[in-house]
Amino acid sequence: MTTIGWIQIALYCGVVLALVKPLGGYMTSVFNGERTFLSPILRPVEAGLYWIGGVDEKREQHWLTYTVAMLLFHVVGFLSLYAIMRLQAVLPFNPAGQSAVAEDLSFNTAISFVTNTNWQNYGGESTMSYLTQMLGLTVHNFLSAAAGIALAVALIRGFARSSMRTIGNFWVDITRCTLYVLLPICIVYTLFLIWQGMPQTLGAYVDATTLEGAKQTIAVGPVASQVAIKMLGTNGGGFFNANAAHPFENPTALSNFIQMISIFALGAAMTNVFGRMVGNPRQGWAILAVMGVLFITGVAITYGAEASGTTGLNALGLTGGNMEGKELRFGIVASSLFAVITTAASCGAVNAMHDSFTAIGGMIPLINMQLGEIIVGGVGAGLYGMLLFVVLAIFVAGLMVGRTPEYVGKKIEAREVKMAMLAILVLPLMYLGWTAVAVVLPSAVASMANAGPHGFTEVLYAFTSATGNNGSAFGGLTGNTFFYNLTLASSMFVGRFFMIVPAMALAGSLAAKKSIPASAGTLPTTGGLFVGLVIGVILIIGGLTFFPALALGPIVEHLAMTASTLF
Amino acid sequence: MLREIRPAIVLLLGLTAITGLGYPLAMTGIAGAIMPSQAQGSLIERDGKVVGSSLIGQEFKGEEYFHGRPSATLGPDPQDSTKTVPQPYNAINSMGSNLGPTSKALIDRVKEDVEKLKAENPSMPVPIDLVTTSGSGLDPNISPEGALFQVPRVAKARKLPEDRVRQLVTEKIEGRFGGLLGEPRVNVLALNLALDAASPK
Repeated sequence: MTTIGWIQIALYCGVVLALVKPLGGYMTSVFNGERTFLSPILRPVEAGLYWIGGVDEKREQHWLTYTVAMLLFHVVGFLSLYAIMRLQAVLPFNPAGQSAVAEDLSFNTAISFVTNTNWQNYGGESTMSYLTQMLGLTVHNFLSAAAGIALAVALIRGFARSSMRTIGNFWVDITRCTLYVLLPICIVYTLFLIWQGMPQTLGAYVDATTLEGAKQTIAVGPVASQVAIKMLGTNGGGFFNANAAHPFENPTALSNFIQMISIFALGAAMTNVFGRMVGNPRQGWAILAVMGVLFITGVAITYGAEASGTTGLNALGLTGGNMEGKELRFGIVASSLFAVITTAASCGAVNAMHDSFTAIGGMIPLINMQLGEIIVGGVGAGLYGMLLFVVLAIFVAGLMVGRTPEYVGKKIEAREVKMAMLAILVLPLMYLGWTAVAVVLPSAVASMANAGPHGFTEVLYAFTSATGNNGSAFGGLTGNTFFYNLTLASSMFVGRFFMIVPAMALAGSLAAKKSIPASAGTLPTTGGLFVGLVIGVILIIGGLTFFPALALGPIVEHLAMTASTLF
Repeated sequence: MLREIRPAIVLLLGLTAITGLGYPLAMTGIAGAIMPSQAQGSLIERDGKVVGSSLIGQEFKGEEYFHGRPSATLGPDPQDSTKTVPQPYNAINSMGSNLGPTSKALIDRVKEDVEKLKAENPSMPVPIDLVTTSGSGLDPNISPEGALFQVPRVAKARKLPEDRVRQLVTEKIEGRFGGLLGEPRVNVLALNLALDAASPK
């Protein structure tokens, strides 16, 4: 670890923190339906969409209608995306002549993008046409992100409202989020990325003759416009196979820095939206503090592990940390930081190959996802995931002092705790369950690229990433098989919707409750005690669930590595 | 519930038109007008022919060129197209080795490369970037140490004084952005182009 490395990390945290208030304020006014400085341009487009769609923007929805609308939107999106991939060979914008995507791969990819996972069982430049990248994948990068934010806003309204039956209008929330928040930022962001060297063209792949006279075909495409939303919307599905490690998808140290900022920007700002909407910004800062503590701890561990390198490489006299699978322009610190950010949020973009990380360095990304990606988390998804843990923490605190637990003026009762537990428990069921199945199926074991405990970690990582809707991978695992295409798709589906539906039920039941003023017996939820309590609950619940699996994978691998055992 | 189907379809189509066609095509148009070089992939031409991209590494094997990092990319086997074989710096199939810290295959590969490099230049410790593959397999850069390490070999093959070659390397070292972000590095293709310009083969 170096001083300049820590300065880069500190600078990163500083910029993210500085963006929380302005972005939070802007997003709050967008979701409250207020006029913004972009309204003169965007309002006619927005009103036009409502008019054709038959949406009455003044009419709010019950939580059940809101959820049904969200689910229907996903079904329609899934079908259209599947169709585009299956038909890409006969559709325009296909200069590389990509053939139709296989049925099981299309199924997996469609679920993957609709659920904001963006798991890549395909290599972008060798599978997808430009049309699929734009009309299919870019679109769902926007829409799944907007849906996540909309759902978080609906849950916030549940906390903020008193004795109301409705929690907002899904169609209005998703439209306003796409038009007022995501699109304008992406336009500016895309131009920045192109300036940094990212291609943005519909031209065919380029044939070059290298200095030594060999032929090199260079894949290009409309990269920047997709990468902007891929990062901002914490989607993470790359234009290229190597994702943000590819020089065209992340050309410079500066583009890397801004990409890391954009992963956290909206998710961190959502805590501020929460604080503002419940009438006390400090509530938002307290949640951000919980996230911050967990995040910095993870960064320190991964950075430390990668900087010390692996026993095998060090024994050969090589110094400078574990550079296998890392790009030189980012080096150890920016690669480690990126890995922790992308898994803390549910982004899943990678600028270095996590499969080649040290055992401990690669374990932190795994833990980040297994905790439910609540450390900032996916845009929207991170906040509602964190609020579920807050409900549990408040409940535990209530048990300890023998009072009915309250949070931001709402009594937390049996129904809320049940919903929170359901959402939290379903995740380990998927990733531990499917991992257990995979490691006893010979055909699934054959997909592992590394032998020994590392192979087990590859499988555990895949199902964790899919369930958490992250999308990063220990890339050695051959995921494009019938078994993994279907099981990973089921993990993504359950991980997304079995979390969303209970969260929406929670929103509905909270909105219907009366707000009660804080009394002398109310646990203050803006101080250090509360922050510590939530962190404790997160680590205890998380730790008990997945520690045994970690012991079989990264922990035993670390011990083997220090004993110089190779597999 | 049926009442929600119309907005589902209309909003999907409407937002698809905006974010899936309007936005990327407008960006493509603007990029082509104001930043055509970057938009097309930062291509480098010499004598009117495209020799590569300044952002994408390419394979160098000859003694008279600086070499990039090892690359783990694969390409189709010319004998049997259903199989893949190593094809370093294949820019239509980016990937890393994905070998883990306890992989015997990784340590064997690195050990072999380290021994080769030690034989080539015993006077310096082997820089780690010259024996590890990058995440994309297309890394255009090596570290300044990685370039300086190769100076004796290149100078000998080119019949140039070592100091002259070392000077070319020093000129091509790029620092951290703002003195802060990223790592110091040398672009291999740019260095080799400068080398060709300084001493035609």
